[in-house]
Amino acid sequence: MSDLTIGGFPLDLLGLQLVTGVALGAIYVLVGIGLSLIFGLMNVVNFAHGAFFMVGAYVGVFLYGYTGSFWLSLVAAPLAMGLLGLAVERVLVRPLYGRGIDDPLLLTFGLSYVMVEGVRIAFGLTGLPFGAPPELRGAVDIGIGYFPLYRLFLIAFSMAVVGALWLFIERTAFGLVIRAGARDPQIVQVLGIEISKVWLAIFGLGCALAGLAGILAAPLQGVTPEMGIPVLAEAFVVTVVGGMGSLAGAVLAGLIVGIVVAMTSLVAPDMTKMAIFALMALVLLVRPRGLLGRAGALG
Amino acid sequence: MSASREDGRVSASLEDGRVSGLLDRPRAGGPAPATPLLAVEDLAAWYGHSHILQGLSLEVRPDEIVTLVGRNGAGKTTTLKTIMGLVAKRAGRVTFAGADILHRPPHERFHRGLAYVPEERRIVPGLTVEENLRLGILAARGARATRRDEARRIEAIAETFPRLKQRLKQEAITMSGGEQQMLAIARALMAEPVMVLLDEPSEGIMPILVEEMFEQFVAMKRAGTTILLVEQNVELALDVSDRVYIVDGGSVVYHAPAAELRADPEIQARYCAV
Ligand SMILES: Nc1ncnc2c1ncn2[C@@H]1O[C@H](COP(=O)(O)OP(=O)(O)OP(=O)(O)O)[C@@H](O)[C@H]1O
Ligand SMILES: [Mg+2]
Repeated sequence: MSDLTIGGFPLDLLGLQLVTGVALGAIYVLVGIGLSLIFGLMNVVNFAHGAFFMVGAYVGVFLYGYTGSFWLSLVAAPLAMGLLGLAVERVLVRPLYGRGIDDPLLLTFGLSYVMVEGVRIAFGLTGLPFGAPPELRGAVDIGIGYFPLYRLFLIAFSMAVVGALWLFIERTAFGLVIRAGARDPQIVQVLGIEISKVWLAIFGLGCALAGLAGILAAPLQGVTPEMGIPVLAEAFVVTVVGGMGSLAGAVLAGLIVGIVVAMTSLVAPDMTKMAIFALMALVLLVRPRGLLGRAGALG
Repeated sequence: MSASREDGRVSASLEDGRVSGLLDRPRAGGPAPATPLLAVEDLAAWYGHSHILQGLSLEVRPDEIVTLVGRNGAGKTTTLKTIMGLVAKRAGRVTFAGADILHRPPHERFHRGLAYVPEERRIVPGLTVEENLRLGILAARGARATRRDEARRIEAIAETFPRLKQRLKQEAITMSGGEQQMLAIARALMAEPVMVLLDEPSEGIMPILVEEMFEQFVAMKRAGTTILLVEQNVELALDVSDRVYIVDGGSVVYHAPAAELRADPEIQARYCAV
């Protein structure tokens, strides 16, 4: 332990809080990427994204109760939310294409209430406690002090997922279609691609990422029907700060938002919301398109 | 040869002595030359409440180059867009290779062998030249093309358009206007279409390159690609075209073999505003 302090806080503590911020940020990145992909391609603001996050967490926790395997939950939660997302796009969102941005926004807003109420009815109002699985409990020395192993896992796992996603978008044929479709959906259709199938897949993918983030976040805080609400707000900040439709922007902004939240909560826990919105306002003033908006596209 | 054909037609690529394409697919070339490949009858199209196309009819036979000319705002672009399915409100009949396609989505037209080079080129920003080209054949993959075809097509196209060859890795949107136009055409040719709709390909391109481009169109025609062209450069268009339609006020006001219009400067002056 060193004796250096900044603003009364020992440097080591600040360092640990910084890593906590990165762990939080990893969650925001996963949620924000989905939101950003869906908006960037489909011009749909998915207000139910936080609800997918929450239901994903419940699915994972519920399944864990039965199987005792966190790894299974880690696969099942995104899978279930991906399938639910496919159904929602196909049945509810698709009829609204071509009717402006408001209609799908209102629809998903309503859907989020239905999902939250549904979970309240099925699992109760109070939520379920949930801790890290035994194999990921404990803490490891990261040089500046002991840090929860689960949070390190969370960071590493999320970054691996983001890396895989990046490869998928940059290196595969479908990724090429995604990048082109975000810029010019009409020309993509003229070149023989059925754009509605692309949109379906992207909505499913985005919701799967939300579900994955939900089960990853569950051990940090347990699960409650309302857990998706603040995450949605933070994910919106991430997409705006990073630049709508930008994968790299979402990653950068997610980490920044996570760190801002972690640092603010050290000083003034009640002010975290205000801090991130102040950050958003600041970025919008300086760069209205967000940090990496459009310049980097979906790259 | 594979037995499955989208439209039940037997591939004409061997029968008519043409060099078979890379992609095994039905080519233009019906039983009698009089059978149009594309038939547009009484086409109407609207943007919102504005009624733009008002009963436009035209036809293009296999292996023809047909040109649409007419003043600015006459409805030439709208005609091509409507044929491609890009104008939401449309009525009439569009028959391509024997199938009524008016109400089919754009991607289906691609799979029937119809390609489109829009007036604004629509090079996708953020993608390299090579990626734009790949985009032109991706959808044919599996059905008609393989990954190997993709690489071979890019190579073949790059030979035809040497300017693109040197710039495959460049971000496409940073190329000059003329180079972007070549890319737009090359992209449309990637999947070896039966017919191409070209909207003012010569716009903003220097004359010497325009001539080269039109020679290219004649070569495409010889290789069996049917072309429907919109062109302001009437003189050049007449040189390469078989037939010409003059569009005015959203319908056809005159049509004739190209030679006939060439000999009629009065009509040219009245409708073409050259
Ligand atoms: N998206 C649109 N919304 C409303 N009106 C449109 C739209 N696009 C074209 N128009 C109108 O339709 C008419 C025909 O336009 P079109 O682009 O087909 O003409 P054009 O013959 O291609 O002209 P040009 O030679 O200038 O390219 C014009 O009066 C134009 O103003
Ligand atoms: Mg035009």
